[in-house]
Amino acid sequence: MIDEPRIHDYGDGANVHKKVSLEFGDMGEGFKEADLIREDILFYEGNTHLPMEQHAAVAHFDADHKLTLWSATQTPHYVHRALAKTLELPASHIRVIATPNGGGFGGKSDPFNHEIIVSKLSMMTGRPVKVTLTREEVFYCHRGRHPVLMKIRTGVKKDGAITAMDFQSFLDGGAYGSYGVASTFYTGALQTVTYNVPRYKFRGLRAFTNKPPCGPKRGHGTPQPRFALEVHLDKIAEELKLDPAEMRLKHLVQPFSVTANYLRIGSMGLGKCIEKVVEGSEWKKKFSNWDRENRKLPEGKGVGLACSSYICGAGLPIYWNNMPHSGVQLRLDRQGGVCVQCGSTDIGQGSDSILAYIVAEILGIDPFDIRVITADTDLTPVDLGSYSSRVTLMTGNAAIQAAERARELLTMAVAEKLSVPIENLSFADRRVFDVENPETGVTFAEAVVLAESKFGTIGTVGSYTPPRSPGRYKGAGVGPSPAYSYSAAVAEVDVDASTGIVTVERIWIGHDIGQSINPALVMGQVEGSVYMGLGEALMEEMTYRANRNVVHKFPSLLEYKSPTTLEMCDVVTYLIEDRDPNGPFGAKEVGQGPLLPVMPAIANAVYDAVGVRIDEVPITPEKVLTALRDKAKGREARFGPKRVPDVEWPQPLKVLTPAEGGDGKEMPRVAVHS
Amino acid sequence: MMRLPKFTYRVPRTVADAVKMMSDAGAEGQFVAGGTDLYPNMKRRQQTPKTVISVTRLKELNQIAGDGRSGLRIGASVSLTDICEHMLINRDYPFVAQAARTISTPILRNMGTIGGNLLLDTRCNYYDQNYEWRKGINFCLKKDGEVCWVAPGSRKCWAVQSSDLVPLMVAVGAKLKLVSTLGERVVDAAGLYNDDGIDYLRKRPNELLTEIQLPPRNGWRATYKKLRRRGAFDFPVLGVAARLDLSDDGTVKDAKLILGGIAPAPVEVKEAEQALIGAPLDEERMQAAAESCYMKARPLDNTDFLMNWRKQMARPYVLRALQELREQ
Amino acid sequence: MSGRKQKAHIKLTLNGEPAEVAFAPHKTLLEVLREDLGLMGTKHGCELGECGTCAVLVDGRSILSCLMLGLDAEGREVETIEGMATAEGLHPLQETFADLGAAQCGYCTPGFLLVAKELLKTNAEPSRDEIKEALSGNLCRCTGYLKIYEAVELAAAKMRGEEAEAVKETIYGYE
Repeated sequence: MIDEPRIHDYGDGANVHKKVSLEFGDMGEGFKEADLIREDILFYEGNTHLPMEQHAAVAHFDADHKLTLWSATQTPHYVHRALAKTLELPASHIRVIATPNGGGFGGKSDPFNHEIIVSKLSMMTGRPVKVTLTREEVFYCHRGRHPVLMKIRTGVKKDGAITAMDFQSFLDGGAYGSYGVASTFYTGALQTVTYNVPRYKFRGLRAFTNKPPCGPKRGHGTPQPRFALEVHLDKIAEELKLDPAEMRLKHLVQPFSVTANYLRIGSMGLGKCIEKVVEGSEWKKKFSNWDRENRKLPEGKGVGLACSSYICGAGLPIYWNNMPHSGVQLRLDRQGGVCVQCGSTDIGQGSDSILAYIVAEILGIDPFDIRVITADTDLTPVDLGSYSSRVTLMTGNAAIQAAERARELLTMAVAEKLSVPIENLSFADRRVFDVENPETGVTFAEAVVLAESKFGTIGTVGSYTPPRSPGRYKGAGVGPSPAYSYSAAVAEVDVDASTGIVTVERIWIGHDIGQSINPALVMGQVEGSVYMGLGEALMEEMTYRANRNVVHKFPSLLEYKSPTTLEMCDVVTYLIEDRDPNGPFGAKEVGQGPLLPVMPAIANAVYDAVGVRIDEVPITPEKVLTALRDKAKGREARFGPKRVPDVEWPQPLKVLTPAEGGDGKEMPRVAVHS
Repeated sequence: MMRLPKFTYRVPRTVADAVKMMSDAGAEGQFVAGGTDLYPNMKRRQQTPKTVISVTRLKELNQIAGDGRSGLRIGASVSLTDICEHMLINRDYPFVAQAARTISTPILRNMGTIGGNLLLDTRCNYYDQNYEWRKGINFCLKKDGEVCWVAPGSRKCWAVQSSDLVPLMVAVGAKLKLVSTLGERVVDAAGLYNDDGIDYLRKRPNELLTEIQLPPRNGWRATYKKLRRRGAFDFPVLGVAARLDLSDDGTVKDAKLILGGIAPAPVEVKEAEQALIGAPLDEERMQAAAESCYMKARPLDNTDFLMNWRKQMARPYVLRALQELREQ
Repeated sequence: MSGRKQKAHIKLTLNGEPAEVAFAPHKTLLEVLREDLGLMGTKHGCELGECGTCAVLVDGRSILSCLMLGLDAEGREVETIEGMATAEGLHPLQETFADLGAAQCGYCTPGFLLVAKELLKTNAEPSRDEIKEALSGNLCRCTGYLKIYEAVELAAAKMRGEEAEAVKETIYGYE
């Protein structure tokens, strides 16, 4: 084993990038308490982001030997760092500008070869150099959803209360690392944040294989385990003859609590999400209640439910530092203009506009009065990038701080001018005025002039650093977040038993957004997430030709199947606003979370419709028909993996849970003789 | 950006000009109509003609004449959108419009022509790839290589007939007019297609398809069913074209069942036709016909979906076609 | 012409105005628009006719500019996204797309807008199914299409002269 050649000089073994083994609480005790222990093995096929815009970059190394890179990236700051390192240029001589981005979904988060290549070529030639990837090359860049094989073993009481959960994941990482260590941890991190899981064990392994590298795609490492968990819970509910909605509702994680793996939960609106989709979908009138003989819907039609949660920003940056995750700089000029500068990157989610809304709200002006400059490493303070659903929460909080500081300066100047107590001044309708005597006031522009006269040029800054996580064990860095969003979905499907073709007719989805800043944008993210989840559930997959050197089978927009208008289902959306104290005005994320419940809800609905379990995504007609045939022959009515590899796991790192009196640190390792 | 290779573009004003230009261009010449098949192939360097001769705007090729009583003559450059929307076609040959509506997308139907669709290059997912991809697998038999990766022991190319209109035209007995400098000839649609993914047309390269002739509608009915992953964009991975002649008492006098999307050429299932002829169209006979089609369908692993599933789909899709014809 | 690249030269009507352009004769209309006419509003997603991103209108009909030769635009009316807004302001479709969030990253949006415009020209009151069918050749990865349908419906109503507004559920979800 020691002699095995290593694929890379980093990693945990020959072809192993990462091996993780964590144990929270006394698992033996947990399983002993259980009335039922169930074990399932599931598989989630890899798929890719498929942004409509192919990656492109232009570099220009100019006469004063400064490099500018324009790139379709989600993470200009990380690209900036990568360029400085690879080109051996001082970072201060490099400027990275993220261009308006034609879709990211995580696929433009890594620093890419072509970004470095155009930069180097421009340094060599002194000319601007541009590369636009072909669609085929975009498929090879990939960094998309990892194929993950999973084994989940859970002990439950008769009422569905979980006593212990043991989760194993095996990730096919492709040829390189990408953010694969984080991906590996994420396949084990968020199982604990929806339902109460008092004891939890996670083992994960990421292997290198000769395929395009996998990385972060919408939901980064969590859609796969969420699929496994929610299908597994559906099966548990059937064994216990419980309504799957009621079973989940009964055992929700407590708001403002700390989980067994030391994730601090804030506001938690999952209960309301479930209630909304159950009511809206008329779940009680449709769900078979595990009784196939007395079905409420005709054979072939079915409903399924699933829930999920997602982080609102990663608690840690990808390189260790003590600096803020997001910075905002605000400049007010004597004409009344307000300019917001922030390193954040709008990839279509509308994050630029979020900055304007928030600053406008605090300064009492209109968002249209504000100029926003973002994603330019020369002009804007650092924001880590558009990933981990962090942007609204982190830039929002930084923007609030900067705007409040500006408001304070304006307040002092206006109070002095009007001889009004500071606490009496209010900002609204482009005015600063005395709340007790609203006629007494100045226009916003006049207020800026007063402040500039008093203090000099008005510029303020704000920054945001997430709160420190209670977890102190090695590996505690992935999973903590300032807040968690929650989603619940019901899918209604039609399954054609003669072909196995699944048609999703409608999805009801409730999403706990904390507080909508712009509801139209929130709706767009929910619907877009459902769309992407639908594609992953039914048809999208990265597949390779084993007989021809593992070439990508069909790196094209024709043969990689992205749903068209004709496949998209109806979506009924409920926005639940359960404000989180850590979010700006209470806001939480929406860019990624609503994707998560879609795949398991559809899988559970297929089971309700025709009584076969498809324990593998995508749920293709071939798999459904195979399972239906097996069922007709009296075999197991299931399509899915049957075993996981034998792995020599490292000794688990043991952590006492908060309930057991743990302090978040790992317990000292005990020498074990094997 | 994927670029077209360099070529000379010629735009004739008449069919006579067009075939003369082709004669001049010789083996390096290629006709183009909508360009939706040729230009992607050129960008991927599957085809690299030196001279491209556009027949899209030839007046002679843009006319529709006749009707269901006398038969319909459709110019080869009529766009697929016009086929879908044409009043006479929808009235007298609704199945032609119905099949045309299943082709790719509305935008591509605005560009693509009926003639182009009938001459569509055979498709294979070892072949419809960029030059670099194909080079990566050492190319394939159809272009630049020695081996058919679909069936490595085979001397034959197994690229798939992927037009939706081809099986239907064969089933309804359409005739096709071909013109070259040597004159013109009219062939049965059934005779145009060859069961070889490379040499898939029994047509000389210098012959121009100018007209599609649909036979008079004297009593027969027809339909087309298409299997594919998505409701747009996708080529058929199975196409079922069926035509039936029923006598007044409901007895099947004649039948044609043609499968597309599973072999280099459209596949006529004679056993299925025999199972239907001479008796009323009852459930048992339809099942028998569907079973024959299932037996005959031998798709290979070179399109979307697993080949075994595509084979199995012959049964329900043939059944659906026949059920629809029974109710027409 | 040794040593010099031969260029084609055509005249066309571009966004309602006469235009002339010279370009390498084997270029597609997409390349001519973006590289020789400087109209970068027409985007590209595959350059093989598999996504609908590069759609423009030629003589009022949508085509994929990646599969049409620039030479074939000779004498024809080409409309790109740059021609959609007029001196009076945005086209109603552009307004409703913006208001409802029918564009997220915006990359597929030019194609959707032009194909939707083509639809509304022949069908002033399209049903939801007709809209889906008409837009089935345009892929969008962001929106899930729903906001696009709603924007087309709202624009259609406005263009019919109706006093129409977005339904509340479109913006705020269901109660």
